[in-house]
Amino acid sequence: MSLATEIDAGTETFRIARRFARLRAEGRAGLVTFLTAGDPDHATSLALLKGLPAAGADLIELGMPFTDPMADGPAIQASSLRALTAGARMTRTLDLVRDFRRDDPDTPVILMGYYNPVFSYGVDRFLADAREAGVDGLIVVDLPPEADDELCLPALKAGVSFVRLSTPTTDERRLPAVLAHTSGFVYHVSITGITGAGSASEESVSAAVARLKRHTDLPVAVGFGITTPDQAAAIARVADAAVVGSAIVRRLEQTLDADGRATAATVPAVLDFVRTLAEGVRTARG
Amino acid sequence: MTQPLNTYRTGPDERGHFGQFGGRYVAETLMPLILDVERAYAEARQDPSFKAELSYYLTHYVGRPSPLYYAERLTAELGGAKIYLKREELNHTGAHKINNCMGQILLAKRMGKRRIIAETGAGQHGVATATVCALFGLPCVIYMGETDIARQQPNVFRMKLLGAEVRPAKSGARTLKDAMNDAMRDWVTNVEDTFYIIGTVAGPHPYPAMVRDFQSIIGEEVREQMQQAEGRLPDSLVACVGGGSNAIGIFHPFLDEPSVRMVAVEAAGYGIETGQHAASLTGGRPGVLHGNRTYLLQDEDGQIVEGHSISAGLDYPGIGPEHAWLHDVKRVEYVSATDQEALDAFKLLARTEGILPALEPAHALAHVTRLAPTLPRDHLMVMNLSGRGDKDIFTVARHMGVSL
Repeated sequence: MSLATEIDAGTETFRIARRFARLRAEGRAGLVTFLTAGDPDHATSLALLKGLPAAGADLIELGMPFTDPMADGPAIQASSLRALTAGARMTRTLDLVRDFRRDDPDTPVILMGYYNPVFSYGVDRFLADAREAGVDGLIVVDLPPEADDELCLPALKAGVSFVRLSTPTTDERRLPAVLAHTSGFVYHVSITGITGAGSASEESVSAAVARLKRHTDLPVAVGFGITTPDQAAAIARVADAAVVGSAIVRRLEQTLDADGRATAATVPAVLDFVRTLAEGVRTARG
Repeated sequence: MTQPLNTYRTGPDERGHFGQFGGRYVAETLMPLILDVERAYAEARQDPSFKAELSYYLTHYVGRPSPLYYAERLTAELGGAKIYLKREELNHTGAHKINNCMGQILLAKRMGKRRIIAETGAGQHGVATATVCALFGLPCVIYMGETDIARQQPNVFRMKLLGAEVRPAKSGARTLKDAMNDAMRDWVTNVEDTFYIIGTVAGPHPYPAMVRDFQSIIGEEVREQMQQAEGRLPDSLVACVGGGSNAIGIFHPFLDEPSVRMVAVEAAGYGIETGQHAASLTGGRPGVLHGNRTYLLQDEDGQIVEGHSISAGLDYPGIGPEHAWLHDVKRVEYVSATDQEALDAFKLLARTEGILPALEPAHALAHVTRLAPTLPRDHLMVMNLSGRGDKDIFTVARHMGVSL
């Protein structure tokens, strides 16, 4: 038993494992949706977050805004900057999760972002506050396994999952190190590149998932480049979950007024889009 | 780590750390490639044929060694320390940047890479990269902030003449930091065939150490040249520092010489107190950006703050991790000079020595004008004149109210 599973089993923060167990029982893949916390403003962001589970999001990935999101494409970078301009801060991001958690005790929330805002907040304080707010896992893209002692291992000790990314460049030699302290699920990045660019074929994703499954029992979620319900369905046929980020954020962006502010269309448009994605995922193996 | 050391020159450790700084904070997609670069560089630096090839091009193409010039009129004007200028501005392409580009392109070729990318602020690194790409026939994409493209037109044109594609970075303040983000995005997308020539001693390990090694030729030459000129070591070294490659290049071979005082000069912009500056060590705190832990300009929430400097080469909100460490262990003094002080120094060197310095080393010179008069006449001071000022005449003219 790895350190990660031991710790997971010993805590009540079990939402990710429970959710994937339920998805397995239902015989379908999950939909992981991404939004940036505080985009385009705190109130709209909270309304979106609260609406996601009913619209069909099985897990929620919530971006921690950062000025320099180097692994993200223009759509997510713009959403980060909108949020920061509207006053997003780490404490406000955690407030969003806390408010969401009051109504929804089950849907896993995974914070995604870059290390500096976490490091600046203070790792121990961050983990305690995130755990208390109801955060289930972390994805921090600029912390490779070589830096596990920074945040990954403290997170596991604090009962917060650390979801690691595997990529097409992660070779056989490297894969065990990447998976060693991964918990919750594995996030397979299907292309080499930034979020929102290009998409991989169902065939190559299928091969990548099969390879990962030879090395781990954890569920495998696949993301990067999924923009339509059909693409989400294609991924859902071969992976445990499909992650959609940029496409949702772009849909949000289309509803904003000329000054980048939310309009009456923002919340319904985003949730409608999530509904179509969820339908794709749910009918994929039909 | 601040315990006394018997050497300052063994860093970084095998994980790329200088004390708590440095490291390798990058997306998983890049990790295997960065490990490849590390392996390839470790092999190359042991390989006599690599050294010989680099040495050949540095001598016959770059024009090394660059002179160590006794600035007699400047010395007389300031009335104190005997001031020598290390003439890196006489290198091909007009700055120290070519030393590093030559080393990295030879490594890229050795690794079989077919495409080169780079980021640039003032354009000196971009020009140097475009130059070595032309020399070896490799396609080249240079990322440059839109703001910098506007204020460094001559260098943009030079890069294009050299066959490079200059891609504008349109995010943030559209300066060096944003160009580096875009270069990393390109790298992550084209990881198989692309080599990223980083221009300064920052980024993920092994870049800070590799760039330092390629730039250390500056200090090695100063050692020999000063021995010839004066029969002893210099007493002090002064260099400007943005990312810090020219500074580490001249300092590194002297780090274990306790008699040699080293001063690095950051860009204070409108003044540290205004918040409009690029002095990461004086006005920042430790954080993680662009693949390494170092001092960064950031707000209380860990968001990166834009640097400001009249010099496009110094307005990066971070600094190389080895500098962050040398600052914490107090081996190097880090001070700052404002835009105005740099402009004044620019004019002083033009008038006294007939040399237009780039605005970057003009910051170093600004500190020389403060320091030299306080020192005795037998004090040997070397300032690294890391680049020439032709590219900056439009900026300087604007500040003097002259329209060209």
